Amino acid sequence: MKNAQRRHWTTRAAILVPYAWLVVFFLAPFLIVLKISVSQTAIAQPPYVPVFDLAAGWEGVREFFTGLTLDNYATVFTDSLYVWSYWKSLQVAAISTAILLAVGYPVAYALARSPRRWQGVLVLLVVLPFWTSFLIRVYAWMNILQHDGLLNQALMALRIVDAPISWLATDYAVYIGIVYSYFPFMVLPLYAALEKMDETLLEAAADLGAPPWRTFLGVTVPLSLPGIVAGALLCFIPIMGEFVIPDLLGSSSTSMIGQILWLEFFGNRDWPVASALAVVLLALLVTPILIYRQRETRQLERR
Amino acid sequence: MAALVRFDRITKRFGDFTAVDGLTLDIFDHEFFALLGPSGCGKTTLLRLLAGFETPDDGHVLLAGQDLAGIPPYRRPVNMMFQSYALFPHMTVFGNVAFGLRQDKLPKDEIAARVDEMLALVQLRSLAARRPDQLSGGQRQRVALARSLAKRPKVLLLDEPLAALDRKLREETRFELKELQRRLGTTFVIVTHDQDEAMTVADRIAVMSNGKLAQVGAPVDVYERPASRWVAGFVGDVNLIEGRVTAVYPSFVMVEREGLRLRVAHAPVAPGPIAVALRPEKIRLLHAVPDGSFENGAAGTVTDIGYLGTVSHYKVRLDDGLVLKAAAMNEQPPARTIRVNDRVWLSWTPEAGVLLTE
Repeated sequence: MKNAQRRHWTTRAAILVPYAWLVVFFLAPFLIVLKISVSQTAIAQPPYVPVFDLAAGWEGVREFFTGLTLDNYATVFTDSLYVWSYWKSLQVAAISTAILLAVGYPVAYALARSPRRWQGVLVLLVVLPFWTSFLIRVYAWMNILQHDGLLNQALMALRIVDAPISWLATDYAVYIGIVYSYFPFMVLPLYAALEKMDETLLEAAADLGAPPWRTFLGVTVPLSLPGIVAGALLCFIPIMGEFVIPDLLGSSSTSMIGQILWLEFFGNRDWPVASALAVVLLALLVTPILIYRQRETRQLERR
Repeated sequence: MAALVRFDRITKRFGDFTAVDGLTLDIFDHEFFALLGPSGCGKTTLLRLLAGFETPDDGHVLLAGQDLAGIPPYRRPVNMMFQSYALFPHMTVFGNVAFGLRQDKLPKDEIAARVDEMLALVQLRSLAARRPDQLSGGQRQRVALARSLAKRPKVLLLDEPLAALDRKLREETRFELKELQRRLGTTFVIVTHDQDEAMTVADRIAVMSNGKLAQVGAPVDVYERPASRWVAGFVGDVNLIEGRVTAVYPSFVMVEREGLRLRVAHAPVAPGPIAVALRPEKIRLLHAVPDGSFENGAAGTVTDIGYLGTVSHYKVRLDDGLVLKAAAMNEQPPARTIRVNDRVWLSWTPEAGVLLTE
């Protein structure tokens, strides 16, 4: 009896750890950001009002709630700069994810079909860039893409172009940087899904008369769908909020929402608007995931 | 009669390993044909060569007279039922059975009708909307069978189709398979390592060993007249008595071994060393031991009894040390059966033994 109770407690404690983690590192910061997003800017420390004042008692609580406002959200949704940045971020994230999928799928497929004893080494090679700092790798791309950089030198040496092309400060550079940086995040989940696929299923499809491309579309792709969704989410979500790559490789016309956020926080010191931007961004990202999850649960229930 | 499937001097190697070694074999229309052998004997490779998943290093595979070389699996009019069933987990039972028909771009209603017909054939009509992971092992096996039959293949290839079923279901399914083959008239080629399975379902059996054919024939031929010591040992239980031919008569042969004289009904053979294969169930056990020495008989002591219900297996050590296996139906009430350490007399008829030179 005593033993069962003790086990009960340890089980509870084990479940508590991830919840505690989420509360401390996700829920609490989010609530703080949410609170700031309904506050008003002020030249003060911290740079917003109202601030919760326990010392003022009941009156303080009332003052606190009357001081809250949704004005920042109105600003976010009406100012064309913000709307445009959201749109730009969505566009960059969607196009980049599509390119990543198109490039990553064949690589993941080749990895999964390569001889077993090589797979460990090949997967390691995909992850290898992580051993260098992300920032340094983006700087390296600046070097490669600059006017007299390696890319232009190579293109001219191969006589593909006569004069150097301006890569830096263009959308191309941003896409190159993003696709390069997020490549492992797309390849690894795809590889995981493709690697565990039973190869006799492909033989069965061929045996039933499906030529290779129909086997691919009818069997391989649907069976790797969880990997496709995981890879796409792992890339799409952080690309939406990407700051470093567009800032270093892009032009001022590629102002993604991450850059605007940074500008509001540190440039304009407008914490409430910046927080509102962050909350809207989160909502934009969470909605598709929730829809997907719900669809999946419904599918599970149908079984 | 021309062969429907002809393996013509086929050789297939995997690295240093020769899976199929210069093998020639004909399989005829409407036949239920079994490829029987231990694992690694090349039987599955032979099936995969016919399906198109492997290409022979040497020789030709012919189907209805046409050389299949260069024809990919998806254009061969044969279908395979895989050992693991290989059902598509993301499709329903209906989708699985319809998959092959959809590749042929048949009209929708025709596909639906054919799938329905196939599911009726394997008694799974009510489960058409289920997914494979909602089915029992036996149901999955039947879906796989329906799927491989849906395109009405010229030859149905079955790779260990019953291996994943439990014993009772496996034995029932053997008869269903045989009955299905008779009804459809399709040529079935089954790969199995289970001799009972091969004997039950097949019209003819090819016993394989090390990439070669050890013997091809009807189950009765393979069992009653094995071609070699290896076949006799692989198919069923056997006593192999090594001896010498001492006398040859027109209709029988005398074989002798220390303390044992065997008269074997057989066409004349050359004198010299030889083996006599004697099936355990063809040896009779008697409690009474006669005096003197006789042909086709020997005295010994029971050392071990395996009671299997309908039959019992006995191990009897003869006085000269040779151990013979005998089997007898348990017709007698248990009180009167033979026990361990009993002295017994073994005897058999001249027709029971088979001479084996190889």
